Amino acid sequence: MRIPARRGGFQTAHRLQRAVWKPPLLGLLVTLCALSACPCLGAKPILLGSKKFTESYVLAEIAKRAVEDAGIPAEHRQGMGGTIILWEALRTDQIGFYPEYTGTIGEEILKVSPSISTTEMRAQLEKFGIGMTGELGFNNTYALVMQRATAERSQIHKISDLRNHPELKFGLTHEFLDRHDGWRPLAEKYELPTQNVSGIDHGLGYAALRNGSIDVKDAYSTDAKIGENDLVVLQDDLQFFPQYKAVFLYRLTLPPKVIAVLRNLEGTLDENRMVLLNAEAERTKNYARAADLYFQDSASPRPVRTGESLTHKLIRWTSRHLELAGISLLLSIIVGVPLGIAASRGGAMGQAILAVTGAVQTIPSLALLALLVPVPFFGISPRTAIAALFLYGLLPIVRNTATGLQDIAPPVRESAIALGLEPSARLWKIYLPIASRTILGGIKTSAVINIGTATLAALIGAGGLGEPILSGLNLNDHATILLGAIPAAVLALLVQWSFDLLDRVLIPKGLRL
Amino acid sequence: MSALVQLLGVSKTFGAASALHPSDLSFERGKTTVLIGPSGCGKSTLLRLIIGLLEPDGGTLQFDGAPITSANIAQLRRRIGYVIQDGGLFPHLTARKNVLLMATHLKRPAAGMDQRVAELCALTRFPQAALDRYPIELSGGQRQRISLMRALALSPELLLLDEPLGALDPLVRAALQKDLKEIFARLKQTAILVTHDLAEAAYLGDEIVLMNEGRVVQIGTLEDLRTKPASDFVTEFINAQRGLALI
Repeated sequence: MRIPARRGGFQTAHRLQRAVWKPPLLGLLVTLCALSACPCLGAKPILLGSKKFTESYVLAEIAKRAVEDAGIPAEHRQGMGGTIILWEALRTDQIGFYPEYTGTIGEEILKVSPSISTTEMRAQLEKFGIGMTGELGFNNTYALVMQRATAERSQIHKISDLRNHPELKFGLTHEFLDRHDGWRPLAEKYELPTQNVSGIDHGLGYAALRNGSIDVKDAYSTDAKIGENDLVVLQDDLQFFPQYKAVFLYRLTLPPKVIAVLRNLEGTLDENRMVLLNAEAERTKNYARAADLYFQDSASPRPVRTGESLTHKLIRWTSRHLELAGISLLLSIIVGVPLGIAASRGGAMGQAILAVTGAVQTIPSLALLALLVPVPFFGISPRTAIAALFLYGLLPIVRNTATGLQDIAPPVRESAIALGLEPSARLWKIYLPIASRTILGGIKTSAVINIGTATLAALIGAGGLGEPILSGLNLNDHATILLGAIPAAVLALLVQWSFDLLDRVLIPKGLRL
Repeated sequence: MSALVQLLGVSKTFGAASALHPSDLSFERGKTTVLIGPSGCGKSTLLRLIIGLLEPDGGTLQFDGAPITSANIAQLRRRIGYVIQDGGLFPHLTARKNVLLMATHLKRPAAGMDQRVAELCALTRFPQAALDRYPIELSGGQRQRISLMRALALSPELLLLDEPLGALDPLVRAALQKDLKEIFARLKQTAILVTHDLAEAAYLGDEIVLMNEGRVVQIGTLEDLRTKPASDFVTEFINAQRGLALI
């Protein structure tokens, strides 16, 4: 299945550098100052990105191999979170190039009329220091599709034919229903009947089409499912849909050799070929293999790619996951506990701290990532994921620290003062130990949530167990999803248990009786 | 003999309510003074002013002839022991560590500490075997003994006790009253004790300060209060507690 939100959404990443593996608990502690130790690129390969759907992966893999064949190392950040993240990454020189569609460039990046000419588009992109290759040869636009039998029975060949068949049931993706170049203007332009329209998931839509629950659905013109299910693409006779011609966007500062390689790809992929490659990728769950298919008739076959073993992959994902969750948790503790102490004193300051950390929690992860990616220090590195996780991890720690301290009985508090302990000694020797159970509870909550949320790192190509999860979601492949989901669940349990053990060490015995 | 603690026109209000009207009072060295009165009469407020948990709105407090200020209160607290009703023991520390908290914090030599704990155990009749228990594992009476030991650990010049026996059952209470009296006598301890129990006041106090509605009503022995009441309130207060053992 291809997730319908093709110009936004999740991502997976495969070819990231391996993180140094550390045992979980130790890693948690040792990685305190490891922010700077996050992947530093040695040979400086050309970085390229892709969006989180099959075709984008495949196009990027093709380009990667073409660049590598020209003797230039390249690294593919797979399936990044969406147009805004990729565009920002490209604009701020964090990736060198990525595949894009002319319709998206016009509507979402430049925000101009979709009918803008290619020359004009180039001129506008140039202001950002970005170049655009010529068309790769196919148009991946929206289309309406029907079962061949139904279409033939009702004599429907073009979209305008639908006008006379109000009995047909439309099952459209939610995104298509909402887009400003989607259903509403389409129905207006073609004067289509709108009473029989419902929203349905893209993948499920194909099944619904097959069993007759719906008659018409939206699709992309290079969707592998069209061939697989023997569907008819209705002709857009009024030219409603904008052109979504595939191109590569690249930084004008790329080495001329790389740009030449990309331009060599122009005009080499027509719709049929792209449908074939997409189908191959979805069938084999291997984008690189689909890309190889592209080169099969032209270049000499490459030496067989040695796939990474499953164990190795699991270790790589898991260790990166722990690294992300561990470092961010440590930062949350280092910042959250003092903030909690400040918040426990109440007043405007305390209110403000709790309000801000609470508000951070409500920012959707994709939005938070999109905000961080353009910031120079962050970009599409694990740092961004760590920063996001750190922010999400603050609230439970701050809140629990504040509550734990506020809940200390006044007689105990006053005894500490009356004994003549100075404020810092009161805090360290009395208040914090007494609040330790609540504070650790907050840290534990943060840690477990962090393990779950760390899957978002995959949205910006920072790896972790989100990689197989998002890849599996994209491929509608449950086995791949479980490859990420099960270790993530096990990790969460292990973290829970480690903290239960830690409770015994860190919570004074007198509080556990 | 000079006064260890002196109040010169000290007053305290909470919002609009006056907890303590301007009062002059002095507490002599080596004597046990009992502050007594109905709830809300200002007796606890007075104690909390001396230990600096509250700051006076007006007047001056003097300790050992020098005014108590926010600058010297931290140092002075180490010369004052403070015991409250439910002990205020630190739940995360054993009885021994509660007692030695300040000594350890001030880095007193370790050798002297064990000896000091043994002395205090003997003084307060606390079983040494129970020293490594946590507060939650101790009985109410034992907790108050530990609280007392903690207050006495640094041999304070002044001991403040805010209804120290208020939460104990009568038998334990009687035993502790007896022990307290002996301890005060043995240590020649200057002590200020707050209670609302006239019998306890009479038994422990060299001098009784009767308070009502934020004012000192009368100072003297129980006998003075009974035979020469300063006001109707004094008689009323004493009569209200008539029928108790000592009256």
